[in-house]
Amino acid sequence: MATEELTPGKYIAHHLTFNSQSVGEGAFWTLHVDTLLTAMALGFVALGFVWGVARGATAGVPNRRQAFVELAVDFIDEQVKSIFLHGDRHQFVAPAALTVFVWVLLMNAMDFLPIDWLATVFFEKLLHVHFWRPVPTADVNTTFALALSVWLLMIFFNIKVKGLGGWVHELFCAPFGGNPLLWPANLLFNLVEYVSKPLSHSLRLFGNMYAGEIIFLLLWLWAGADLAGTIFATVLGLGWAIFHILIVVLQAYIFMMLTVVYISMAHEGH
Amino acid sequence: MNINLSLLAQAFTFALFIWFTVKFIWPPLLRAIEQRQKQIADGLAAAERGKQDLEQASKRTAELLREAKQQAQDILGQADKRAVELIEEAKGAAKAEGERLVAGAKAEIEQEVSRAREMLRAQVAALAVAGAEQILRREVDAKAHADLLRSVQSQL
Repeated sequence: MATEELTPGKYIAHHLTFNSQSVGEGAFWTLHVDTLLTAMALGFVALGFVWGVARGATAGVPNRRQAFVELAVDFIDEQVKSIFLHGDRHQFVAPAALTVFVWVLLMNAMDFLPIDWLATVFFEKLLHVHFWRPVPTADVNTTFALALSVWLLMIFFNIKVKGLGGWVHELFCAPFGGNPLLWPANLLFNLVEYVSKPLSHSLRLFGNMYAGEIIFLLLWLWAGADLAGTIFATVLGLGWAIFHILIVVLQAYIFMMLTVVYISMAHEGH
Repeated sequence: MNINLSLLAQAFTFALFIWFTVKFIWPPLLRAIEQRQKQIADGLAAAERGKQDLEQASKRTAELLREAKQQAQDILGQADKRAVELIEEAKGAAKAEGERLVAGAKAEIEQEVSRAREMLRAQVAALAVAGAEQILRREVDAKAHADLLRSVQSQL
């Protein structure tokens, strides 16, 4: 894959460049087309599949596809049931958790596709699209979008459950107590919490997937060096891919669980 | 790490996906699962009931069987007893009949004997009278000794 003028730095930089389309003045008005399209396609495929099963769902003996979907639904419902104790989880939290888990899992799993086949052979040679990053969750925009959405939901449910007054009261009077002298400390504590939650939520996923991508790139870089490198990189790449299965599923699971935990905490008074 | 409009676009997509799942995916799946859970629970309860019914039925069957056996035993016992009784009765009747027949025969024999004896007595008397007649013809008047002869005849 390495051509004469392609240096290791160029190879990695090439695969880490988003397909950006500018839609206005300034750096902010840019869209990562690869991230958006991949994420949407995966979302449509996953939700379309689940929707198709849900529409034909029977209470009788389920076929294999329905049993598979029910397995996932049941698994997530069990997790949500153990965390979300105040309110009807079927109203919002459980389906949201299902969406997060399925979507993030698929976006993470894009890391398993061989990057050079996808980005170089398919998109660059066949479609003449020069940059294509296949893993949407290795884009900080995606993880922040998800985490901030959850963050907004958190605030929404805080206000919905406790009322605006109740929420503000909690900001000043929890967790240390209602003494006016403690108000600044409480507020500071809560602000730190409100800032750290979306940051840790999004950066954990982003960091894991980005690191996974980089390690693959380093291995494929080695594979391009010589025959021995190819053999070793193949063996190590297989090992890393197998280990990465764990990371992909685990990170999707953690992201889903944190989503449920944050929304559940919004439903509970201190 | 460049934050841009993609973030808002992704957030919008995310919201859309969540809305879709909440609205169209979760309810039918949940309905199917809960309905099946109910069906399974009902089925298990029915199976439990069936098991209990079967247990009771087999208990009742065993009881009926035991009763029937008992009855059969009783009937056999009664039949045996009746048979023995019948045999005894028949034996008794046969014995009585035999005795009656023997008694009849004996009485007949006795009658015959006494009749023969009567006849013999008459004949002996006649013979004795005839003998005596022959002996006494010459010297004794038959009429004169008729009384004597009759008394002899009665003693024989």
